[in-house]
Amino acid sequence: MSGLVIRNGLVYDPLNRVEGERMDIYVKDGRIVEGPLKNAEEVDASHMVIMPGGVDVHSHIAGTKVNVGRLMRPEDHVKDVLPRSGLRRAGVGHSVPTTYITGYRYVEMGYTTVFEPATPPLKTRHTHEELDETPIIDKGCFPLMGNNWFIMDYIRENKYEECRDYVAWLLEAVKGYAVKIVNPGGVEAWAWGKYITYLDEPVPWFEITPREIIRWLCKINLELKNPHPIHVHTNNMAKPGNYETTIETMDSVKDMASTSNGQPIIHVTHVQFTGRSGTSWINVGSGAPEIAEYLNQNQHAEIDVGQIVFGDTTTMTADGSFQFLLHLLSGNKWANSDVEVETGAGVVPFRYRKGNYVNAIQWGIGLELALLVKDPWRVQMTTDHPNGGPFTEYPKVISWLMSRRARKRLLRKINSTARRRLHLEDVDREYSLNEVAVVTRAAQAKSLGLAWKGHLAPGADADIAVYNLDPKQVDPSRDYLKVRKAFRKATYTIKDGSIVCKDGEIVSSMLGRTYWVKPPLSKEARESLISNISGKFREYYTVGLDNYVIEDEYLANPHVVAPAR
Amino acid sequence: MIEVLIRGAVCTVCGCCCDDLNVEVTDGRVERVENACSLALSKFKHYSSERILKPLMRVGNGFKETSYKEAIQESARLLVNSNYPVLWGWCLTSCEAVELGLELAELVGGVIDNNSSVCHGPGLIGVQDIGISGCSLGEVKNRADLILYWGSNPVNAHPRHMARYTALAKGRFVASRRERKLIVVDVRRTETAKLADEFYQIEPNSDYELLTALRCAVNGEEIELSTVSGLPVERVEELADALISCRFGVLFYGLGLTMTYGKSRNLDAALSLVRDLNRKTKFLIMPMRGHFNVTGSNEVFTWVTGYPFGVDLSKGYPEYNPGITTISDVLRRGECDAALIVASDPIAHLPSTLAETLKKIPLITIDPHRTPTTEASQIVIPSAIIGLESTGTVYRMDGVPLECKRILDPPPGVKTDVEIMSDLLSRVKELLT
Repeated sequence: MSGLVIRNGLVYDPLNRVEGERMDIYVKDGRIVEGPLKNAEEVDASHMVIMPGGVDVHSHIAGTKVNVGRLMRPEDHVKDVLPRSGLRRAGVGHSVPTTYITGYRYVEMGYTTVFEPATPPLKTRHTHEELDETPIIDKGCFPLMGNNWFIMDYIRENKYEECRDYVAWLLEAVKGYAVKIVNPGGVEAWAWGKYITYLDEPVPWFEITPREIIRWLCKINLELKNPHPIHVHTNNMAKPGNYETTIETMDSVKDMASTSNGQPIIHVTHVQFTGRSGTSWINVGSGAPEIAEYLNQNQHAEIDVGQIVFGDTTTMTADGSFQFLLHLLSGNKWANSDVEVETGAGVVPFRYRKGNYVNAIQWGIGLELALLVKDPWRVQMTTDHPNGGPFTEYPKVISWLMSRRARKRLLRKINSTARRRLHLEDVDREYSLNEVAVVTRAAQAKSLGLAWKGHLAPGADADIAVYNLDPKQVDPSRDYLKVRKAFRKATYTIKDGSIVCKDGEIVSSMLGRTYWVKPPLSKEARESLISNISGKFREYYTVGLDNYVIEDEYLANPHVVAPAR
Repeated sequence: MIEVLIRGAVCTVCGCCCDDLNVEVTDGRVERVENACSLALSKFKHYSSERILKPLMRVGNGFKETSYKEAIQESARLLVNSNYPVLWGWCLTSCEAVELGLELAELVGGVIDNNSSVCHGPGLIGVQDIGISGCSLGEVKNRADLILYWGSNPVNAHPRHMARYTALAKGRFVASRRERKLIVVDVRRTETAKLADEFYQIEPNSDYELLTALRCAVNGEEIELSTVSGLPVERVEELADALISCRFGVLFYGLGLTMTYGKSRNLDAALSLVRDLNRKTKFLIMPMRGHFNVTGSNEVFTWVTGYPFGVDLSKGYPEYNPGITTISDVLRRGECDAALIVASDPIAHLPSTLAETLKKIPLITIDPHRTPTTEASQIVIPSAIIGLESTGTVYRMDGVPLECKRILDPPPGVKTDVEIMSDLLSRVKELLT
């Protein structure tokens, strides 16, 4: 193929400081190249916006708990069915789409890279099986390490080098991409039906604290030069007053920041769920201003929002204790899935209601975070799919960020006490298209350490989204419905240089890559680690060590990412 | 003499999927197997008997041997020409084969269903109603101080279950059998019941009553009866007390709960009981899945279609309604006009009236062995045995995925399920374009 040229679009490429310039983008052999190109296929993008393909740092799209969510929700599936058509596979959608539909729907919105942020190492083979059946998009997964017995034992015994080698080995063994920590120590406590409530509370039996788990893994992650910072879901998820836990969590690693060249060293995820003030469900409020203040003062931390969208969805996290509480609160059906030695998970269907005081506060917290944190590079846009709402609702979230009018309109409809107690009414900020490009792709690619994603300079992957939105004609603040429409269905989505979606319809399919990291681990260190853990492994697990390790060839299209510099 | 020792092979018999078999192969034959239970040993001893080695096509009352190419072409033609085929089995094969089967079903329409519709399907329906408090087997091994088998007899059906994962296992926080209480609820004194600390023998088909009474007791309600399910009410309260007062309890249920009177309602009650117990202590529940990859079959069905079994794709998108969309339903209504059976034996296991219906329609069977179903088939396509002659992913009863090892070569010329399904799928695509 002699390449592709996208003509006359208005390009938003924040990593290269291109902000709405009319430019031609040249593509050849799957990469962005310098023009001009001879005999290239041409795409006319006049009066349209061009952005790099969307990148999602946190979306539950594959693996055990997602599949439990699918199994549990036939009533969710019947609302949204997709027949086979041409090259498109059949499936069901809404809050827990089947794997094929997940791929298509991301691509239809101009997204090309998505990470599953929570996989139990023991069941990561399952995650990879699903990722291999998720078409077009590039992807990867984050193994759960915040409640791992080996790690907690190493901490108690103060064996840092062994712990570091174990983390390196584990990422490689299950083909994971980043270190994920969920409710550190708290999921282990939940395995006994118990809870952890503060950062210095000892974990039952292990007698170490969540603070130590976070600090050790942060230090190890920095030393291994992993591309993404530690990805943390804090303790005390959803509880009133938990904004303090969030700030304390970020602050617990602040002293390590000097080693990172100014890059964030901790990513705190779906902070909407952990940004609450108050002392009870009666006076729960928004802790977003305090968290934003902390982030505005400190460069070492970044967050993603986990915005909620009103409506029906399926909540699922590795934080089994939180899911049980949500089951008690909502009375909705509940699934739990504890995994030996490593982690747990839970699933509960949930409907966010505008008239519900707490839900309305949640909606406000998410938007306050996005609007009060000054640096858009450190407040990435997610709904923690499907926890805050399905990823297909992103266009709605974008419109709230870009339009005060859109927010006001919804503010009038939410619970009135919540409206009074939120700060959102007084926030005038409206995102520019450039800031939208930051929070939906550039910042997320940068945070993931994917230097060839999230931008459009020569050499980058030719993952491109073209949206039918003319900033000269459309005022996003006023015409927010047009913004929604444009972001809902990309006019073109280009993946690795091929047009995969045209006018919101899938026109060709392919198998994307699965990224994983292989941290440095010398032969001697590996051998000593294996001999060190094999006895305990036999004692604790119910599978053999050799069968636990996922062979390189198991993945359909693996792509190893080298440690960052 | 060539000797090979394969360590850590995954056993492909029951849902325990023990992954610690050491298999000694000499001159292409299995010589010795370490860590195998009686069921596994029997599989290793007899895998080569009753094998089918060449594809077969029916001629009158007998078969003629044919090539894979011809068998697959004819199978594709039958499936493409049928209006409402049923594709069934998928539990004694790999997930990779199931994935291909689901795409085939999208293309040819009709119903794709797996063995769950006649075994643990009611438990899956229960999960859709209630949810499930579940865990992996290692959680049981490391933490459980109370183990309850209900309508399940692992000593005979899952011989290593208790030793590897439950009552007899050594775990991190529970070191021995003495620290665990073993309770059995069943309609007869099974081999498992004989090993129990407490055995509750109940009247057949009365599980729902007992489960409901236990929920009452656990939730502090008074049971205003003198007997429940044939047990004095004091015994019921004693059982409820045992469940509440453990530190970490697990209920394992078998077909004695899923396929007896009440079916999915029994599971609603059992899943609710365990859910309620979590307000008092830690309690979990797990089905004792039979076939080695019935769980994997459910998993793949679910991530591709949203539903674990009984999926109707005749409109192009997945529809699910057990009672309408399982193999028994479509055979009972006499609606299906062709069947593809993969690694299963419905003629032997379905009710005889349904088996009779199956015999009257074009029947294609993919199986390593001669079975009553192959004997009634129009086309028989022999396959390699997964976990013995081919690799592939399987899911243990607790959803832990494992990669099977290839221990031997398949008989000369015999293809794997994945090869057969890929060829069949390609041929169907050709016919449809």
